[in-house]
Amino acid sequence: MAAVMRLVNRSVLGPAMGQQYVAFSSAAKAGVRAGRALPEKVKIVEVGPRDGLQNEKTIVPTETKIHLIDMLSASGLSVIEATSFVSPKWVPQMADQVEVMKGIDRKPGVSYPVLTPNLKGFQAAVKAGASEVAIFGAASELFSKKNINCSVDESLQRFDEIMRTAKEAGVPVRGYVSCVLGCPYEGMVAPEKVAHVAKRLYSMGCYEISLGDTIGVGTPGSMIKMLEAVSREVPVNALAVHCHDTYGQALANILVALQMGISVVDSSVAGLGGCPYANGASGNVATEDVVYMLHGLGIQTGVDLSKLMDAGAFICRTLNRKTSSKVAQATCKL
Amino acid sequence: MGNVPTTVKHCLSYEQLIQDYPWLTRWLLAEKMADHTDVLRGIQREPHVRYPVLTPNMQGFQDAVAAGATEVAVFGSASETFSKKNINCSIDESMLRFEEVIKSAKERQIPVRGYVSCALGCPHEGHIEPSKVSQVAKRLYEMGCYEISLGDTIGVGTPGSMFKMLQSVMNEVPTNALAVHCHDTYGQALPNILTALQMGVSVVDSAVAGLGGCPYAQGSSGNVSTEDVLYMLHGMGIETGVNLTKVLEAGDFICNALRRGTNSRVAQARGRTL
Repeated sequence: MAAVMRLVNRSVLGPAMGQQYVAFSSAAKAGVRAGRALPEKVKIVEVGPRDGLQNEKTIVPTETKIHLIDMLSASGLSVIEATSFVSPKWVPQMADQVEVMKGIDRKPGVSYPVLTPNLKGFQAAVKAGASEVAIFGAASELFSKKNINCSVDESLQRFDEIMRTAKEAGVPVRGYVSCVLGCPYEGMVAPEKVAHVAKRLYSMGCYEISLGDTIGVGTPGSMIKMLEAVSREVPVNALAVHCHDTYGQALANILVALQMGISVVDSSVAGLGGCPYANGASGNVATEDVVYMLHGLGIQTGVDLSKLMDAGAFICRTLNRKTSSKVAQATCKL
Repeated sequence: MGNVPTTVKHCLSYEQLIQDYPWLTRWLLAEKMADHTDVLRGIQREPHVRYPVLTPNMQGFQDAVAAGATEVAVFGSASETFSKKNINCSIDESMLRFEEVIKSAKERQIPVRGYVSCALGCPHEGHIEPSKVSQVAKRLYEMGCYEISLGDTIGVGTPGSMFKMLQSVMNEVPTNALAVHCHDTYGQALPNILTALQMGVSVVDSAVAGLGGCPYAQGSSGNVSTEDVLYMLHGMGIETGVNLTKVLEAGDFICNALRRGTNSRVAQARGRTL
């Protein structure tokens, strides 16, 4: 309680945040925005085994990855991103991609998408048994050039190939857009640019577009502006949010996304995966913390929090690291 | 957190942390906050800045006034068990003590802020009925507290329970006299604060660098970090009058003095870890 913050200009709360906040404060029920209530169910897309482990310094043995995925399957999650078919030259952490795909115990009703950056990766993925894939675009030109050595438009053209082949094979494709709320090189990213890339991916045939706050700089303010722009181009039920907790804003950002009708949230068990752009900072939001919030709101996820926490404890022991999940850290027993 | 020398406390306006440990027994309080008079006398008071101090009873109030306090705070609880275990009396008995303090404060025109702890859950009782919170808040307000800070003492609340609790309290106390004091033990502080803002609350308690762990959950975080709250508010275009960079500096300073890492994610992201 070292500081008591009094908002200097109360009236700023309404107009500064746009009409939607005036609607919030006068609504009979929190989270009701122009008559729209919070979703009853939220699908969690667990990215720990891929996005999480890919960004951890320690390389994890194949059996450990398989066991982690199996524990996550048992916790009730319905989507678990298993691995990546990027060349092991670039991502050595995912070199055992084929063994992982073949080794996991696939629970019926659970989807195990894999990342495929190009046609070669896609073909290898399908051969290894993948039945869903994901492709990655960026909303920032500089980020695209620095990360995958081509412009945003060029990357979308590469994906065209994958989309055609995936369609023929009946394999659903999820699209990711990174840097939706800011870029480590460009700084601010225009919501219209995000909407443009999201629209392209959706029109190409991606069934869902996950909007990623790659460096975690977003706040409810920028999240709302971005989602407004994107939802003009892509139906809200085809959108997901992928929030990073680098500045502690992830849960607040996820909350406003839910208030705007989003019902798919990406997260990573134990908050695996730091931020490569901010040394020592956190990265992915922890699945445990997201589930805690959603259940507290009465939203169904199908996830058993204690089994999820077991999986988090397991991988943290193996990685010899502390969990980034606050729920996991709290040992308070009510 | 070890004993912090008086000189360090001066620089940080640390005396506000006196309010941070209501559950400490008398001797602990005496040990860590024994220098309260020195602190209050030593700080450089900025005009337009208020420096409230915690006063659990008449003795504390008198000492505070003698040391130059110009605003005080009293701590109630929405949980009977928490009240008994912490301050050794029932909620009703504590209210009687506060009545004395508030009466004397009124005579001296010293404003009194009221806190209600366990507003979203109690480490002993578990679930706390929103109506119990509003009862206590109402009593403190009617006794003369100008503002009531509703504390999620163990950080178990979520936007769902925050909403229900505030809905109940707002039936008894005007919204502009309410504040939220969220703990981040389960990572829920910022979405809880956001919910409160959406319901019209515009006063938020927080602690620089997230100082103050949770005594009920070993190794867990406690207070929400001022830096992280500011980052969110400013990102939403809400004015606070606070300079985030200077708060980051204050956070660096105290973490260095305490030889501990910050709990603020914003501070960590900006490379200010020990």
